[in-house]
Amino acid sequence: MSEMKERKDYTKGPLCLSGRGVTRIFGSGAKANTAVDHVDFDFHEGEFVSIVGESGSGKTTLSKMLLGLLNVSEGEILFQGKPRDISTRAKRNEYWKGIQAIFQDPFASYNIFHKIDAVLLDCINMRGGKNLPYEKKVEMMTEACSFVNLKFAELTNKYPFELSGGQMQRLMIARIFLLKPKILLADEPTSMVDACSRATILDMLLNLRDETGMTIIFITHDIGLAYYISDTVYIMEHGKFVEYGKADEVILNPKAPYTKRLISDVPKIHEEWDLSTVDLSDDQY
Amino acid sequence: MGKVMLEVKNLKTKYITRFGEDVYSVDGVSLKIEEGKSLGVAGESGCGKSTLALSMMGYYFPPLHYISGDIIIDGQNISGMDPDKVRTTVLGSEIAYIPQAAMNALNPTMKIIRFLEDVIHAHEPKATKAEIRERAEERFADLGLGKEVLDRHAVELSGGMKQRTVIAVSTILSPKVLIADEPSSALDVTSQKMVIKMMKEMMEKGYIRSMMFITHELPLLYNVTDDIAVMYAGQFVEYGTAKEMVFDPLHPYSHGLMGSILVPEEGTRGMNLTAIPGTPPNLKRPPAGCRFAERCKYATPECFYTAPAEKMFGENSTRMYRCLMSEEALRAKYAEEGGASK
Ligand SMILES: Nc1ncnc2c1ncn2[C@@H]1O[C@H](COP(=O)(O)OP(=O)(O)OP(=O)(O)O)[C@@H](O)[C@H]1O
Ligand SMILES: Nc1ncnc2c1ncn2[C@@H]1O[C@H](COP(=O)(O)OP(=O)(O)O)[C@@H](O)[C@H]1O
Ligand code: SF4
Ligand SMILES: [Mg+2]
Ligand SMILES: [Mg+2]
Repeated sequence: MSEMKERKDYTKGPLCLSGRGVTRIFGSGAKANTAVDHVDFDFHEGEFVSIVGESGSGKTTLSKMLLGLLNVSEGEILFQGKPRDISTRAKRNEYWKGIQAIFQDPFASYNIFHKIDAVLLDCINMRGGKNLPYEKKVEMMTEACSFVNLKFAELTNKYPFELSGGQMQRLMIARIFLLKPKILLADEPTSMVDACSRATILDMLLNLRDETGMTIIFITHDIGLAYYISDTVYIMEHGKFVEYGKADEVILNPKAPYTKRLISDVPKIHEEWDLSTVDLSDDQY
Repeated sequence: MGKVMLEVKNLKTKYITRFGEDVYSVDGVSLKIEEGKSLGVAGESGCGKSTLALSMMGYYFPPLHYISGDIIIDGQNISGMDPDKVRTTVLGSEIAYIPQAAMNALNPTMKIIRFLEDVIHAHEPKATKAEIRERAEERFADLGLGKEVLDRHAVELSGGMKQRTVIAVSTILSPKVLIADEPSSALDVTSQKMVIKMMKEMMEKGYIRSMMFITHELPLLYNVTDDIAVMYAGQFVEYGTAKEMVFDPLHPYSHGLMGSILVPEEGTRGMNLTAIPGTPPNLKRPPAGCRFAERCKYATPECFYTAPAEKMFGENSTRMYRCLMSEEALRAKYAEEGGASK
């Protein structure tokens, strides 16, 4: 096995995003569904946070509230320690300047009428590179693509729908290397990417974080991935955080029964995957 | 050695796109699965796993076309068979296929028993509804699904239940081979575990007699299948037992894949993952030499013009790899690198 990487402790930096009693209820009356249920959190600058939970646990809903795309039903989101104010269009735009998202479904995130190079050029222009010579822009786009194992030359003149799911996801991440946001919110961003490429991408994201101090909030149901990459892990079940803490503590020494089940149900390499614990007549799963 | 249930010899197939271009998605694949055994196929998105599944079933409907090679199911060669005949005589009874995302394709307003009637009637047009129900009830009860499920609709079932139902329906005729394409990738861990447990039970009870399992999740394959093949750009680059492949991979690509497995186990955090830069070649114009050459850090000039053939190695020559370098030379490289980073 190879040597351990030294990682700086980012969990003590200045506050970036915090939540106090953040709640989201869909519908009302008898049909009310509490997707996110009074969650508290403190994400620090430069911290790599993973939010782990099963499908329907409320991860995507929480990320939409963090982005300001969905209102909170109750509770409060704080930005840099102060209540976040996105009540006017100008304030919202200001907030969005420093935050970028990668959504779960890569196909839903592109304008299908825009060619791939336009998607990347837009990023350069947004970061004030509008007047750079075209060769310089191509160089920047080529480099960003190389960080995610894509060949820029093969993408030019293509439309998003001509790419595979994995290629689309890589393109979404390539944008981040051009935009260098202060906060990145990524919802299952590598679910369609194979292991070798995923390793490249994750290492590149960690490098970018070290270089720019970007805060990364990574939403995933892959607990092995969360363990490898994050400083802090939050475990979500039915809209609540049932456990959180340093990745090592939560994954190697889980306390909540839910976390224990998640970890024991993941197929492993060095430990036995015990199939006798599941009951086939249980129709919940 | 057990009876061979499925054998594929040097199979080559292609897609003809709407622009008239050829895409060589399966280019010289050979494999063998014995009775009671399972083969896992791993490889990155677009390497040809799903196309291999379709090709192995003789499912040659446009844009997929057969080029050459043999497909032998329990002694019967089906290569060259009219695809319509394949549909009525092979699918379901000889080979059952669970396509990627199958559970989302279930018609949500149809009762589960209707799907079973469809599958059985395709092969036994005279079977009565009462007979079908009896067979279905017995099988569903035995697989822990419960016979009540037969009268429910797909929308009423949880994701995991839906997938287990799809598998039980597709295998009602007790086929010789089950090909499952990413059957649990869209599911949560607990549901995934149940799907796997059910498939293992089906094998033990003889409801299926061999299995091919496609996924890009290696820890899963390691726990599920006897053997693993790694596919790259339309070809197998290596195969061996699951243990050999995970702990002693030989081909540079499989070596990289196994070095980037992420599991929540002590020691993986802070590990240096093996990252392989670059992307696979375009299957419209496969390179003349080794398909991995562009990404391989051991590539020599020769690798770019000489295509490596399959070479057998290991105890009793049961393992295969496809690389110009000798086994000793590759092992020496890995030992050197392992030593350097310690
Ligand atoms: N209908 C089609 N027409 C033309 N080319 C196709 C078609 N379907 C697939 N291909 C091409 O064939 C190659 C293999 O595709 P295939 O779907 O078999 O990959 P896969 O390994 O199953 O990938 P994934 O892991 O994403 O499911 C790819 O290059 C793909 O673009
Ligand atoms: N727009 C919406 N309207 C109504 N219910 C929703 C909406 N979005 C999500 N939900 C519900 O909220 C819960 C959490 O969903 P989601 O946040 O998407 O979970 P996850 O991302 O963890 O899979 C689920 O019960 C889901 O059905
Ligand atoms: S043949 Fe050459 S390029 Fe291909 S895997 Fe072997 S060493 Fe690498
Ligand atoms: Mg989600
Ligand atoms: Mg596929």
